[in-house]
Parts: sequence; C-alpha cells; structure tokens
Amino acid sequence: MELLAYILVDGLIYGAWLFIVSVGLTLVFGVLNILNLAHGSLYAIGAYAAASAVGAYFALGGDAFPLGSYVAMIGGAAIVALVLGPLLERGLLRHFYDRDHVIIVLVTYGVFLILEDVMKLIWGVTPLFVSEPYSLLGNVELGPLYYVAYDFLVIAVAILVGLVVWFTLNRTRRGKVVLAVIHDREMSQTMGVNVDRVFMVSFVAGVFLAALGGALTAPMISVSPGIGVNVIIIAFAVVIIGGLGSIEGAAIGAVFVGIARAASVHLLPEAELFIIYLVMAGVLVFRPEGLFQKTQARKI
Amino acid sequence: MSKNPWRRFAGKAGSGLIAAAAMLGIAGIGASKAEDTFKIGVVTFLSGGAAESFGVPAWNGGKLLIDMLNKGGVLPAPYDKKGFGGMMIDAIPVDEAGGATKQVQEFRNLVQREKVDTVLGYVSSGDCLAIPPVADELKAFTILYDCGTPRVFEEGSYEYVFRTAAHAAMDNISLAKYMKSRGIKVETFAGINQDYAWGQDSWADFVASMSNLSPDAKAGTALFPKIFAGQYGTEISALIRERADVVHSSLWGGDLQAFVLQAGPRGLFERSQVAFAAGDHVIPQLGNKMPDGTIIGARGMNGLAAKAHATELTNILWEAYEKEYGTFPVQAPFRMWQGILGLKSAVEKAMEANGGKKPSDEELAAAMKGLEWEAPSGKIQMVLGDGHQAIQPNAIGTTKWDTATNKMTLIDIEYYAAECVNPPNGIKAVDWIKAGFPGAKCD
Repeated sequence: MELLAYILVDGLIYGAWLFIVSVGLTLVFGVLNILNLAHGSLYAIGAYAAASAVGAYFALGGDAFPLGSYVAMIGGAAIVALVLGPLLERGLLRHFYDRDHVIIVLVTYGVFLILEDVMKLIWGVTPLFVSEPYSLLGNVELGPLYYVAYDFLVIAVAILVGLVVWFTLNRTRRGKVVLAVIHDREMSQTMGVNVDRVFMVSFVAGVFLAALGGALTAPMISVSPGIGVNVIIIAFAVVIIGGLGSIEGAAIGAVFVGIARAASVHLLPEAELFIIYLVMAGVLVFRPEGLFQKTQARKI
Repeated sequence: MSKNPWRRFAGKAGSGLIAAAAMLGIAGIGASKAEDTFKIGVVTFLSGGAAESFGVPAWNGGKLLIDMLNKGGVLPAPYDKKGFGGMMIDAIPVDEAGGATKQVQEFRNLVQREKVDTVLGYVSSGDCLAIPPVADELKAFTILYDCGTPRVFEEGSYEYVFRTAAHAAMDNISLAKYMKSRGIKVETFAGINQDYAWGQDSWADFVASMSNLSPDAKAGTALFPKIFAGQYGTEISALIRERADVVHSSLWGGDLQAFVLQAGPRGLFERSQVAFAAGDHVIPQLGNKMPDGTIIGARGMNGLAAKAHATELTNILWEAYEKEYGTFPVQAPFRMWQGILGLKSAVEKAMEANGGKKPSDEELAAAMKGLEWEAPSGKIQMVLGDGHQAIQPNAIGTTKWDTATNKMTLIDIEYYAAECVNPPNGIKAVDWIKAGFPGAKCD
C-alpha cells in the first residue's frame, strides 16, 4: 500500500512537471504545425530568467515577503515569452510556413543551437541557484510519505495550466477561432480570421509555457548550460504518446509516463531509462497517431 | 595562361599569399620551438555540464600556478626556479566540450599545427580512452591530468602518455574503509549513481569494497538515473522507502547539486548516512545547503582535506586562489596543480640529463616514467601502468557548517596512504578489491 502510494504521488509530481514542459510543444504543433526543437532552449531560458528574477527580487529586499519570489519567477517566464515569442515567430518562422516540415525542423534546430550559445553569452557557464522558493512552503507528510510542498504546487500549476488552455480553446470565442485555424487555415483566412495574429499569439503562449516549465524547475536544480537538452527529448516522447497537437493527449501522456517511470524506479530501477520509450512504443503500436489525435484525411 | 588581367593578378597575389603564409608558417614553427618557451596545450571543459565543477576551476588554478612559475621564486623548493628549467611556460587553453571525435582532432591540431611541447588535459574518461593511441601515433608527450577510469592503463599500454592523478578505484575503497574505521552502522546500503561508466564503476567498486571490509552489510537498491537528469524526486522517494543505513553516490556537478537541493528538504540526510565519493566540489556553490554529517571524498587529498593537512606549497596556492577567485580551491585545481608540477619536475629532470637543452618527447617520457614529486595534494608517485599511472594519498571527511565563520568545514578527516587504497603495479583495481587488497600498506 505504501509502495503504491509512493508510485502514485511520485508519478503525479513527475507527470505534472512533464505536462507543463510539453504542453507548449503540442500547442505550437497543433496551431502552427511546427515541430519546435528550440522548445528545450526556451525552457532553459525560462529557468535562467526566473533565477535572475528571483535573485534580483531578494537582492532588492524581497526577504520581507518571500512568497513574492513566485511572482518574480512567473514574471521572468512572461518576459521571455513576450521578447522571444514575437521575435522568433515574426522575425524567422513565418518565412518558412510554406516550406517543407523538414526545413522548419532544421530551422528550429538552428534556433536551438543559437539560443544555447546566447544563454552562455548572457549568463555565462557558472550555474545559478535560487533554491529559496523550493523550501518556502515547507513540507507535507502524508502518512509515511514525506514531500516538499513545492512539489504539490507544481501539480496545482499543471492542473491550472491544463484547465486554462482547455477552457480558452473550447469555451471562448478566441479559442474557437484558434480551433478554426487548426482545422482549416485557408478557410479561416477567407472568413476574415487574422491568421498571422493567431499564429503569433499561439507561439507566444507556447514559449510562455516552455519558459514557465523552466521557471518552476529552477528552484529545484542548479541552472546551468545544457539543461534544456534532455527536456526536449522527454517532451517529445510525451506529446507523441498523447498525439501531436492534443492538449488532453499531453496531459494523459505525461501522467502515463510519470507513473510508469515512478513504478520502474521503485520496482525495477534497471529499466528506468527504458520504460518511457517502452510506453511510447506500446502506444504507437496500437495507436500510431498517438492516444488523442484523430486520423486525418490528407488534403490533395 | 589566362587572358583576363584580373585573374592573372589574382593568381599572382594568391601565389604570393601562399608563399608569405609558408614563410610565416616556418617562422611560426621556429618561434614555437624556441628554446626559451615551453608550450602546453591545456584541454579541459570550458563549457558544458562539467565546466563549472571541473574544467573552469582547474583552468583557473592552472593559470594561477603558471603565472607563479613564470615569475619564479614564489613557490618553495624545488618549484622556486623560473618556468620549466628557465623556459617561460606558454599555455594554450582548449575547450574539451564536443566529444571524443572532436577532441582527437583538437589534439592533432595542438600537436601538429600549434606545435605544443606537451598536451595536458582531459576530464572525460571517454576522451582519456580516445587520446592515448593518437598520442603514441604522433609520438607526442601527453599528460592526462583528471579523468578517473582505470581502463586507460589497465587495458592499454602507451609510451608517451602519463596520468598524473590516481584512477577512481581509491575513491570508493577509501569510503568503505571510512565506514568501517568510523564505526558507522551499515547493515544495508543503497546507491544512486549516473548511468554511465563513472557511475556504474563507482558503485561496483563500492559494493566490492564493502563486501570485503564489511561482509555483513547488504547492498540494496542501486539507482542509475541518466546523466544530467536534474529531477530526482522519484529516486529520493525510493531511497527514503528503502531506509538503508548508508546511501552511496558518485553524482557530480549540477546533478549532485540538484540531488542535494531536492533530497535535503525531504529528510533523506536525516534518515540515512549519505556518502558522496567525489562531492567536495559542490561545497562552494551549496554552502550550508550541504547538510552537516555528510561523508565527502574529493578524489585525493584535495580541497578542504588538503587545507587541513597543508604544507607551505598548499598554503601559498590556496591563499592565492582564494584571493583571485573569491572561493576556495576544490579538487579540480588540485589535480591541475599536481599535473603541472609533475610536468615541471619531468622537464627539469630531463634537462639535467641532456645538458640543459629543451627536452624531446622521448626525453620527457623517460623522465616522467616512475617519477615522484610533492604536490599540494601530497606525494604523487608514478607507480602503476609500469610507471605511467599515478597513485596518491586520499582523504575522507564529514561536513560540518561553522556558524562562526559561515564556512563549511570537514571534521573527522581520515587520511589514507597511496599504497593503502591503490593496487600494486600489475593488478587490476577490481581484482585487487575482490582479492581483499593484498599487499596494501595502510600504516
């Protein structure tokens, strides 16, 4: 029973984190039809920005109200999205929308490489530490289980992010416009939808979600060059399991992967690295398009 | 012949440029082989995951020592002579990031284009395995100053390659000895190590050493997360659930920092005795976030353990490093220092033998073979691998935050003689551990 509880809680915590770092990737693919390999770098820049923002917050006297450091973290992620989102989408990606998928993948890979060096130019190679927000909320004891309350904050943020994205897409007028663009770009354009703006706003939202993932992770790690590399691999696994472009799929995929990994670490640690890809392979055998993506007729 | 005058001009100009370049090249070779300069290619991580923990502190320490040596008279004898036997030291730093294939190319560039007299480098075990065959092919005197894999000289034999730091087996042998001598209760032990050769070998060495020294202790969960994983919540839960008396880890760099940051608040350090085989290098960054009572090794008598056992040489380098960089030197600069001081000793020994000329690669190799010298980390002896692989003393201690000075200290430090925790020549480390450390000299 204790073991089951551990697997469930650990799986949900890891799954929540996975959802936050992968939902932006699937959103950008769903709307813009772009497989954004720079997503990992945007996550890393979010972590750096949050670390800098939290550092500045405490340097400017934030000790009096330490909970404000959470606002600083989110503010850091928002700045990253507002600066890099329009810059990348308007300045670069829009010139490649009519090109082959492979070309856009190569372009975003180029952006990934450039951003990795930009991070070194701005923040250097010395890691940043902002662990204060991690321990601010204290610990939580659930019977024999002992966790840092921040982990549950990550779960809460993941649920909030999922609900906001789902609600915006499905229950608001603007969201329905986005869905219309996803469904048929040309038809939406002929109906008067400003597709360019939908693309830019969606990409900025995707960048914000990537940066938010990094910002939430920053207090748990030493923020150093290269932290985005692993994230892009695991985020791809999650969105492929869920179905590229599906928000619900990313949520279910993240929880699947989180619990499978937790079960492996507790029961069969040798398979920890393999289990994520086993889940992915298993899903793809039965649902090659992922769990939640509908099979689509190809336009000719 | 082209009728286009521009093409003719371009052709002549091109020929002229080639000629000029060739002359400059010849002049360059002449300059680099000047008798008054000794060129070293220093290869270490200046970017990437290992830069902050190993590469940058090592290069910082290296620059500092080279400046001192070039000035002359700063360090005590026998290191008081200027440069290397009077020759000024000219160091060319090269970033080790990029993998073994890139490093082999960089090595060839250093030897063939830059005409360095020695390449001193390599933190990554992968690079340390890739470089030696090329060094022998080019007949280029090479020092491996940092990497830990025993395989370099246990599975290979090289004429021009030397490693001036002990290999990694002693780290875990010393930890197991520390557990026993300090009377730490170890009925069960678990481990978390990265899933590559370093982590797998460290765990295997620790398990084998424990089975010899504390045969009643049972090995439990062995976790091998991916390198640079960053997220350890599930692994920490598994270790807490295991309730092992001791948790062993050879994590390093950002991974170790993240593990401590995540495991500390969850109480792992109160529930189990945690032992980090090579953990000293994260103390400057973590400060008091490294919990008290953690057992720490430094891959040699390095860092805080060296300071507690300091000689005049250690104190000069320690104070200069602290003054220059605002933090104390951890294990990486110590290994760089012992590499450079070993090279200085070999160059000057070779010059004594050849009448004071700049030594050739062959003369350097002959001088380095079986050499012994004093370093801030103790006496270094080129004993293993038929005189190509160093052994050195080791130290293990326990962390304690000093509230008076707001600095981390090491208490209960135990020092191990080089011959106590390193195998004799001709025996593989793992076989030596399994055989019960025959011939170990521990007094």
